[in-house]
Amino acid sequence: MGLSVLSIIYLIGSVTFILGLKMLSKPDTARKGNLVAAAGMVLAILGTIFLYKSEGKHLHNYGWIAAGLLIGTVIGVMAAKKVKMTAMPEMVSMFNGMGGACAALISVVEFNHLVHSRFNVGEVLSSAGEQMVQQLQRILQGVADGNGNVTIGMHPDLRGHLLIILLGLIIGAVSFAGSVVAWGKLNGRIKDFAFKGQHIVNLVVMAIVVIGAAVLVLTVNQRVQAAVDAGSVDGLLSFQLLFYLILICALIYGILFVLPIGGADMPVVISLLNSFTGVAAACGGFLYNNPVMLTGGILVGSAGTILTILMCKAMNRSLKNVLIGSFGGGAAAAATSKEQGSYKEISLSDAAVVMAYANKVMIVPGYGLAVAQAQHACHELEKLLEDKGVEVKYAIHPVAGRMPGHMNVLLAEADVPYEKLLEMEDANAEMSTTDAVLVLGANDVVNPAAKNDPASPIYGMPILEVENAKLVIVNKRSMKPGYAGIENELFFQPKTSMLFGDAKQVLQQLVAEIKQV
Amino acid sequence: MEYILSFFQQHIELIYIVILSIFLGVEVISRVPSVLHTPLMSGANAIHGVVIIGAIIVMGQAEADNYLALILGFLAVILGTVNVVGGFVVTDRMLEMFKKKK
Repeated sequence: MGLSVLSIIYLIGSVTFILGLKMLSKPDTARKGNLVAAAGMVLAILGTIFLYKSEGKHLHNYGWIAAGLLIGTVIGVMAAKKVKMTAMPEMVSMFNGMGGACAALISVVEFNHLVHSRFNVGEVLSSAGEQMVQQLQRILQGVADGNGNVTIGMHPDLRGHLLIILLGLIIGAVSFAGSVVAWGKLNGRIKDFAFKGQHIVNLVVMAIVVIGAAVLVLTVNQRVQAAVDAGSVDGLLSFQLLFYLILICALIYGILFVLPIGGADMPVVISLLNSFTGVAAACGGFLYNNPVMLTGGILVGSAGTILTILMCKAMNRSLKNVLIGSFGGGAAAAATSKEQGSYKEISLSDAAVVMAYANKVMIVPGYGLAVAQAQHACHELEKLLEDKGVEVKYAIHPVAGRMPGHMNVLLAEADVPYEKLLEMEDANAEMSTTDAVLVLGANDVVNPAAKNDPASPIYGMPILEVENAKLVIVNKRSMKPGYAGIENELFFQPKTSMLFGDAKQVLQQLVAEIKQV
Repeated sequence: MEYILSFFQQHIELIYIVILSIFLGVEVISRVPSVLHTPLMSGANAIHGVVIIGAIIVMGQAEADNYLALILGFLAVILGTVNVVGGFVVTDRMLEMFKKKK
């Protein structure tokens, strides 16, 4: 009775995940979709706690489980409520890493189970899960039919089980280590770091992981059999050591894999790690024959992969390049690009006059807007200009900020209407009819080097072609290069004027000036 | 070879689920407007927190004297819960802002 109810609960859970994702894809149902998926999750968790049975036994250790859930909930809610909108990408990366760590820990525990349980026949049945029991039953039937290979047949084949444990371990560990590095990079605690021959080191570490895993899977039956015959776990020590070596190498790989990747590629990396964790969760689904873990994990795995590919397309980078971590190679080229003459500044009052008497103003928001929390001031400026009869639009680059859609989220927070947000193609089409472009803390997404300079590390990335407008005003805090670490020749063009300062203060002063115009 | 075939046969239902889910995920996602990419990533991030169920099972099956399993399982439950709860709450916060203006 309990188990069949649980199956239905898992079915409902899977359906809510699908529905939730579907609803998340439309603006007016998105919030409800998130709640639907959350409700399904709560149901699945409660169902597991109270109804899950393995070999007729309920779960125990309720105190520990409850404590863990409580602590996790408190941490999760606090972290999620306290985080600023600008720090959202880091937060998602961190949460993602925790999911990966969770999957890896499950694999560690299951591996120890697999090794030790073989020394107690009674435990084999209860511990190794339903699959193992089914397998044993089949083998026993084979013996009864007289066609089984009796000596080998008496012991369940562990290879498939171990392979899934290892997959969960490796993917989870890479995802965890990578996410933590991505988190550190986004909030500036970890700098870009690459050393000579890093590709080779990466390949070596990867090779150790793959070969080690293959050795474990191919030899597990003999090793365990030998140890059982000898009657001692000691013979398995090297076997276990190899398992932990794989874990360590997977962690190192995760770190090495994200470290050299430049900030501009970070959204792609987070999205990719997100889908990794999905796959790691799905491995857990295989391990426990659990359909809800399987659907949830695989859905996220495939959805995350598609999202990753969409982002790569937006930046015109091949996923292969991102994965091999070739962004570091561009640093040398960027460093040699010389200072490109002088730039000119524009005063606040001049900028105010230009905008107030323009027919059409295009605002290009970037990370600088997010850091300064200037979205409200920006909306105020937009309203004021609209009142004066100026047409105001926002040009949103797909990877402006630190995550796709980052700008949309910020501007939505400030009540900017959807219709004012133009996607890149539409914005570029309107550039030539635009009188003034106001670039707010964006840099790499308006860098003409992406079109003109094949040596530039961002060459090939689609950009907002602001130089097609009649006049460009760039607000930045200083002349420092942007996240990709390269100079921007746009700033030195005759059409361009610089307006230095914190985005929020500058916008507030602009509003004050325009009111007087 | 024989083992691989029997492995597939044994898990054929799960393998069906995997393959159909892959297609489903691709279909559902490719229709998302770019405006919603961040909330979507965050929502998907919360959904893969379903790995918490595995952590609960590990924890619930650990014998009272198996300290390694108890400690690691306990950690796994905490981490998984943070992933789930934090993920959904953050996503809701983002989407709340989308809602407000209408």
